Amino acid sequence: MTRAFELTVNGEPVRVEADPDATLLHVLRNVLDLKGTRFGCGLGLCGACFVRMDGNVVPSCDVPMWSAAGRTVVTVEGLSAGGGLHRVQRALLDEQAAQCGFCISGIIMSAATLLDADPAPGERAVIEALDRNLCRCGVQRRVVRAIVNAGAAEETP
Amino acid sequence: MPKDLAANPILSRWVTVHPDGGVDVRVGKVELGQGILTALAQIAADELGVELERVRMRPANTASGPDEGLTSGSMSIMHSGGAVRVACAQVRARFTAEAARRWDVGAARVTVRRGLLECGERVTSYGALAGAVDLDVPADPLAPFTHGGKAVAVGTSAPRLDLPDKIAGRPRFIHDLRLPGQWFGRVVRPPSPGAALRHVDEGRLAGMDVLLVRDGSFVGVTGADEAEVSRAAEVLRAAASWDEHDTLPDEDGLRDFLRSGPHETLPVLTPPLDGSGPDGSEAPDGSEVPAGGAARPVARGLRASYGRPFLAHASMAPSCGVARWNDDGTLSVWSHSQGINGLRNAIGLALGLDADRIEVEHAEGAGCYGHNAADDAAFDAVLLARAVPGRPVHVQWSRRDELAWSPFGSAMSVEVAAEVSESGAVLTWDYDVWSQGHTSRPGFAGVPGLLAAGHLERPWPQPPAVDPPPAAGSGTVRNAVPIYDFPRRRVTGHRLLRAPLRSSALRALGAFMNVFAIESFMDELALSAGADPLEYRLAHLGDARGRRVLTAAADASGWGAPMPEGSGRGIGFARYKDKGAYCAVVAEVEAEQEIRVPRLTIAVDVGLVVNPDGVRNQIEGGATQAASWTLKERVRFDRRRVTSDDWESYPILRFSETPEISVILVEAPGLPSVGAGEAAQGPTAAAIANALAAALDIRLRDLPLTPDSIIATINATP
Ligand code: FES
Ligand code: FES
Repeated sequence: MTRAFELTVNGEPVRVEADPDATLLHVLRNVLDLKGTRFGCGLGLCGACFVRMDGNVVPSCDVPMWSAAGRTVVTVEGLSAGGGLHRVQRALLDEQAAQCGFCISGIIMSAATLLDADPAPGERAVIEALDRNLCRCGVQRRVVRAIVNAGAAEETP
Repeated sequence: MPKDLAANPILSRWVTVHPDGGVDVRVGKVELGQGILTALAQIAADELGVELERVRMRPANTASGPDEGLTSGSMSIMHSGGAVRVACAQVRARFTAEAARRWDVGAARVTVRRGLLECGERVTSYGALAGAVDLDVPADPLAPFTHGGKAVAVGTSAPRLDLPDKIAGRPRFIHDLRLPGQWFGRVVRPPSPGAALRHVDEGRLAGMDVLLVRDGSFVGVTGADEAEVSRAAEVLRAAASWDEHDTLPDEDGLRDFLRSGPHETLPVLTPPLDGSGPDGSEAPDGSEVPAGGAARPVARGLRASYGRPFLAHASMAPSCGVARWNDDGTLSVWSHSQGINGLRNAIGLALGLDADRIEVEHAEGAGCYGHNAADDAAFDAVLLARAVPGRPVHVQWSRRDELAWSPFGSAMSVEVAAEVSESGAVLTWDYDVWSQGHTSRPGFAGVPGLLAAGHLERPWPQPPAVDPPPAAGSGTVRNAVPIYDFPRRRVTGHRLLRAPLRSSALRALGAFMNVFAIESFMDELALSAGADPLEYRLAHLGDARGRRVLTAAADASGWGAPMPEGSGRGIGFARYKDKGAYCAVVAEVEAEQEIRVPRLTIAVDVGLVVNPDGVRNQIEGGATQAASWTLKERVRFDRRRVTSDDWESYPILRFSETPEISVILVEAPGLPSVGAGEAAQGPTAAAIANALAAALDIRLRDLPLTPDSIIATINATP
């Protein structure tokens, strides 16, 4: 049985018809056509589907629509206001910090949320913030370098 | 002429020049996250004499592009790179000839640069001549190869062409593909490898907006809404009952399982049976006894056995496939397969369909480290789509199926013995390795080799995995021959003729285990001789490139500097596939409550470097993954089911556990480029094990190296 849900996605109010138990990830990808959020496990264990919901990074594969209603959701597509790239994304490109890139949207969400709280994090803080994100291709060290750089670039005027 | 070009000689298969000056390049190799298309685009740009930005790499396609077999074994840059180089040089020559004809000058006077063809004051361009130059012609095998001029793109760290999309979160993966009228599908796999479907209580699906598809023990659902389809798949799982059997070996007895046979024996090096002396004076053909070596008496012998468990690909994305049965009786398939032509033929074989009526197009998936479930998922889509002709059906696997049903890298066991002289020099080397086979790719052993084909009403047999032939790098015995100069060596492989757990190619195949065993044993020999492990290796190594790489890694790592209590440094080294990249790894290990690897220092020689940053990225990624295999990974099962089917039961390395890695590229610009993707696997494992031995004075010989296995080893030591 589908129902109507209202929430804010990337700054826009949206109204979607969905089964209350359908996941937020499903709605983002299949209803709102936001494919940047990836399905990796559907078990809340890999981070590929991370989005920001009311300021916190959450696995959207593990959020049923009934609990997403009324919330404010930001996905990788909506991170930077002008539609350009967020500084985390620019830093990742500069470092070429991806191989297949399947994990990278979720990593971007974790890192961008960290930078909001701690604009120039050290290596330790970055590693801690990303520890729920898995990457099988092994680009972890590059990613850490890139995020530390993104923070440092912000610091230097 | 390069082999891939000889097999696909028509130039227009490789290159199309558009009037706007853009160039489409089609190759048979596929992007697996390794950056191959960027490296090939760099080669194409240089040989054509156009800017890299003008080159567009098209997705590999069985109908429109060249057939270059598999994208595997770190061979792409060598094979495809060579073909692209010559094909593009010939395209350039044809454009040059056309310009020369128009201007009535000798072709030698026309220069090509940045997409422009020039002779004195006269200038034209690729785009302007595009309509006049016919590329529907075979490459000329006799045409002398001339370079496009100075390397512009090759040798630079050109940024990856695919990363902007991926980092911006744009749809790019096969998972994101949405074709007109597309439906979704899910398959409910058997609960265990030996299971057969007994009954489905179909009534439980009543009222759900899906179509049930059943063929023997293959069962799935398809429908318009993906959420509904996933829900229906769960209902179906509960509605299905199965006959199950215990078919799996004892996960704690893999060594006995692997060694108990029956086996195919794979003799690799066979010295004379009569033991005609390490001096080699009577070395017959095929033996490995250098002439003139002075006989030294054997002072002592050493023996050890090593093991590794089954390993999973554990790709970050579940496998995915899309298929559509077209009205004209043809079949269209989209897949992240490593070999789209092999997949096409296997589908044809499985369904009794002419392969010419099947078109497979590559679509990018997540990182691929060998033969994973990509082909299986494509075939699942084919079977489900058959129920809805004209409609594309998009099938995505679950995480649990991905971890439990993708083929595994086989468990392996090694026994190695050596006799050494008084000074510790190796005189004889005896080596045996046991394993299931390392390939069951589509089409192997004359069967489709697609998972669902074995579950159909009229099932295809699922023979045990085989090994690639020596010319393709072997499997079980890949890198089983030590690179060192030992006077007398015997090396034998034993491929198990049973495969209760489906095994196939996983990054580096047998090389990971063989290098781990050889390089661990070299360390044990060095320590028993009271020698420094680096010096000991160098004393046995004549190969100049190898010596350079070993020394470079050691120098950069601070080899020999003292380490704090509980920490150690270890080294591992190999030349991948005996003729590929040289790679030496120095690992630092801290062993307290847990085993940590804070740092890896890696030196590598890949011949001519096409994209330096790409090589670094591949080496870093390979070493990180190898550290994960070495420290954490083991497929778990009971006698019936695979039980490691999520990220808790099959953990991989996390950010907080990932070593810092520095990569030194040891230059060899005059030598052919070889791949980097697999070179670091074995050396990394050995370096970590050797560092752990240095830290704790405990030798772990079975992977993974865990705190539990340290305790078990201490308890087992008398
Ligand atoms: S897909 Fe949501 S955590 Fe893995
Ligand atoms: S880049 Fe492939 S999983 Fe992270």
